[in-house]
Amino acid sequence: MAIPVNYIARNLVARRLTTALTAGGMALVVYVFATVLMLSAGLEQTLVATGQDDNVVVIRRGSQTEVQSGIARMQAAVVESLPEIALAADGRPLISKEPVVLINLPKRSSGKPANVVIRGVTQAGLALRPQVKLVEGRMFRPGTAEVIAGRSIADGFQGAGLGETLRFASRDWTIVGVFDAGHTAFDSEIWGDAEQMLQAFRRTGYSSLLFRLNDPAQFDAVKLFIESDPRLTLEAKREKRFYAEQSEALSKFISYLGTSISIIFSIGAVIGAAITMYASVASRTGEIGTLRALGFSRAAILVAFLGEALLLGLIGGIVGLAAASVMQALSISTTNFQTFAEIAFSFTLTPGIVIASLIFALAMGFVGGFLPAARAARMKIVDALRAA
Amino acid sequence: MFFPLLVLRNAFRHKLRTTLTIVGIVVAIAAFGMLRTIVDAWYAGANASSSARLVTRSSVSLVFALPLNYAQKIRQVDGVTGVGWANWFGGVYVNERNFFAQFAISESYLDLYPEFVLSDDQRRAFLADRVGAIAGRKLADKYGWKVGDQIPLRGTIYPGTWTFNLRGIYDGAEEGTDTSTFFFHFAYLNESIKKQYPGRGDQAGVFIESLGNADDAAAVSSAIDATFRNSLAETLTETEKAFQLGFVAMSEAILLAIQAVSYVVIVIIMAVMANTMAMTARERYGEYATFKALGFSNGFVGMLIFAESLGISLLGGLLGAAATFPLADVFASTVGSILAGFKVSRETVMLQLLAALVIGVVAAAIPAWRAARVRIVDGLRAIG
Repeated sequence: MAIPVNYIARNLVARRLTTALTAGGMALVVYVFATVLMLSAGLEQTLVATGQDDNVVVIRRGSQTEVQSGIARMQAAVVESLPEIALAADGRPLISKEPVVLINLPKRSSGKPANVVIRGVTQAGLALRPQVKLVEGRMFRPGTAEVIAGRSIADGFQGAGLGETLRFASRDWTIVGVFDAGHTAFDSEIWGDAEQMLQAFRRTGYSSLLFRLNDPAQFDAVKLFIESDPRLTLEAKREKRFYAEQSEALSKFISYLGTSISIIFSIGAVIGAAITMYASVASRTGEIGTLRALGFSRAAILVAFLGEALLLGLIGGIVGLAAASVMQALSISTTNFQTFAEIAFSFTLTPGIVIASLIFALAMGFVGGFLPAARAARMKIVDALRAA
Repeated sequence: MFFPLLVLRNAFRHKLRTTLTIVGIVVAIAAFGMLRTIVDAWYAGANASSSARLVTRSSVSLVFALPLNYAQKIRQVDGVTGVGWANWFGGVYVNERNFFAQFAISESYLDLYPEFVLSDDQRRAFLADRVGAIAGRKLADKYGWKVGDQIPLRGTIYPGTWTFNLRGIYDGAEEGTDTSTFFFHFAYLNESIKKQYPGRGDQAGVFIESLGNADDAAAVSSAIDATFRNSLAETLTETEKAFQLGFVAMSEAILLAIQAVSYVVIVIIMAVMANTMAMTARERYGEYATFKALGFSNGFVGMLIFAESLGISLLGGLLGAAATFPLADVFASTVGSILAGFKVSRETVMLQLLAALVIGVVAAAIPAWRAARVRIVDGLRAIG
């Protein structure tokens, strides 16, 4: 026969201060654990969401990012003539040949400079990225020194807001529009006319090519063609894969660091739970004896005390998660050291993180409660009753 | 003699509980110290840099190179005693996980960095070999390189596989000097580029200038930048320290998060310690009432709890601070060359002990106040 759950729960209520302190410690650990996972999930989601399934990015072989890459005009022309590229409504191939550079801009908050991606795009480049929508102002006019800025850049950097001007490449550029790219990496970029950018930065070649396939299944054939043509020293990647790879290092760094911190912290919380449960067992020696004398088995006692510890963990887990879910309102902007450019992303709570955090909290309760519960279960009835 | 003995006996009455609490504090204080040391290591590069050196880069961003002939013009600026230049190479050694900094440097570069100690033989061998390279001691130890080894790097910015002969291994003159960088000849890189991509050569990523007098830094910086104003490649000159701090600032959001988290662990352990003291005090209300009945003051009873709490937390703090040093060594050897200068600073140790003190005081506050105020009658009636 099992000991009623009610008995277990009431024990926690009876020692309010102790329960609150122990659960509070666990809640903090769960909070740290959950926020770190949320951060790493947010970064991954931002970059994975950036890519489209049927888009292909082409960069120079061996260069890991668009900024390091360089594609000569002749090479771009070869790729452009591929029959697998989808056509736009006007009959022209849907391919965007883009120069991508970094410029140093001071942040609004701290005045400290960070690298921001400047991308030269064409009409096709806009059609290839349907998630990008202008929210303020208007589109830049081709052939002018006008640019549009992503939401996070407009908010976060000096001179990047609507109507302001930026000076780079010996010219003043007016921000005529602000776009929202739906929480993708493009939110952290500034876009202008590709030909204007090439001239301003004195580039003779492009940085990357982006095109859409007629049929996503043709990717392997296109990749094989591009990578085996001796005129092209290029490599092709699915856009989704390309952006996912760029988040790998930073997101791994965040989750490794965060997980190891959480595990170290959890030792403290487990010890807190163990102390509480030992005290709980010690102060109820008489009760345990009585319960055993009434016929409850050793297993029932073990389950009751483990249940108490698990409940303690669950309370901590829920409080910690609740606090962590508030963090979703925040977004963070930092340098992705793979691309050396600023990227903004927000804390994202996924169902996986909720489950992982609750399991983590219950595990802390279980580890902390097991030895005390075992001690309670091992007590001899006579000794326990005499101790009371 | 009576008071300390009483506190000691009290503290170890529940051996298991006290031991667990101390272990918790040791873990928390050590974790706090490690996190602070990680943050410190980030700033180590900036701290080790000299204020008598300037770095000139393109005003647009580091991605843009500067014409090599700027070196001549910079040398003519008053106050500049030496000029060198370097290009970030960004190659991959075997695979992407093995990250270390690689620079193509001018011959004059090593003269600007007296803290890189290279024996005369090795220096001569390096200068004589066009495809020669030198590596820092830490880097060479990490990959087990010896002088004479061939080191292949796969270029990400400059295509192809580049193989260098390791001609020397340099040491740091000071403890904080970073010896995890790989240097090779700019001339070799430049000639190869000119051959492969006519028109892309003769470009330097950054110019380094040494100053006769460090106080001239501001004036010389603006003089250099003024020389190239309104040219096709405008420059931005700052002290090496400001240049390095610029890199640190880029990861500031993460550093702030680590710092914030390092204080969270203190709060967690504070809750655990407060719990221990609350339980301890609750069990002993009867005794405290007895003390008072015997004529001891409220303050005495409060002090008993404070002293016990402080004793436990400081013991944990000392052990935790001591444990940080071996932990940092283990961490530095596993993470390797990414973080240069991984050292536990004196400030960190002071903060650890201060944190332990705060934990002890905060944890004891409520129980001590309650015990001091307990009425003799209630206390004697209380059952633990």
